[in-house]
Amino acid sequence: MSTANVSHSSSGEYHHHTAHHFENAEAEYNASKFGVWLFLCTEILMFGGLFVGYIIYHQRYPEIFHTGAKFLDWRLGATNTVVLLISSLTMALSIYYAQVNNKKMVLVNLYVTLACAFVFLGIKWIEWSHKIHEGLLPGRLFHYDGPEAAVKDLPMYFGFYFGMTGLHASHVICGMALIVWLIVRAHKGHFGKNYWTPLECVGLFWHLVDLIWIYLFPLLYLIG
Amino acid sequence: MAHDHHDNEHHIIPLGTYFKVLGALLVLTVLTVAASRFDFGSFNTIINIGIASIKASLVLAIFMHLKYDDRLYLVLILTSVFFLIVMYFFSVLDLFTRISQGPIL
Repeated sequence: MSTANVSHSSSGEYHHHTAHHFENAEAEYNASKFGVWLFLCTEILMFGGLFVGYIIYHQRYPEIFHTGAKFLDWRLGATNTVVLLISSLTMALSIYYAQVNNKKMVLVNLYVTLACAFVFLGIKWIEWSHKIHEGLLPGRLFHYDGPEAAVKDLPMYFGFYFGMTGLHASHVICGMALIVWLIVRAHKGHFGKNYWTPLECVGLFWHLVDLIWIYLFPLLYLIG
Repeated sequence: MAHDHHDNEHHIIPLGTYFKVLGALLVLTVLTVAASRFDFGSFNTIINIGIASIKASLVLAIFMHLKYDDRLYLVLILTSVFFLIVMYFFSVLDLFTRISQGPIL
């Protein structure tokens, strides 16, 4: 967003200037993308640790996870999966339309992506508020008094549930902030067939958020 | 400065491919829900993780452009997945081969 490498030619067409420490635009594009991929690797390892913990505890204490998963509505989880998959498509399409220089469709697809993110968080909100209301919470906060509460260490399941979906939702919120930034720049006409690096980089992050949910959905909602 | 940022060497994936991938992802989502309706014992976990991995590969290959990109990015991502498997493997090796199998977790 720095104005130093932004200029408009007399025709009003946006032109991105390569930062001075890069040999050429291609090098700048590749360096940006490489940095994002490295970041994604650290993300995979962070979520991976949680997944490994989940699978091991699931193997050791199947009855806790079997009982806990009954409190989740797979229909809400499946809806959220579809919503995130569609948002991943529109994110990818915004890059496609930048590549073919259709600036209007770049914006349309970014707006649809943002709308999908709102729907995802809305459904999450419904799920969480329901569980918080019932007292299905991690550790000491747990105060549910149905017959399932007799299962020893049941609150551990909700520790995993809120920990994993919470960390994921915080990524969705970060992604939304980044998409808003992309929309602002797209309105200024910054993206087109000659320059779409920010779309590519935010897109990669957004797809990772989708990837994590692809694993979270069956692990939490379906394996009981 | 005159050098164009992105020239034609960038592979543009056709629009149809993106929609086909979304279709495949939705079909696989239905499949994974359907599979969980049946009780295959411990195979349920393997089936679900397997389908999730096919979905993840599709997203990585097409939406994230890995299929047409520099191999470097594929190697990067596989490295982190490899170390994830190492973490899982040694945790399991430790936990399930302890002599006292009491509730130590």
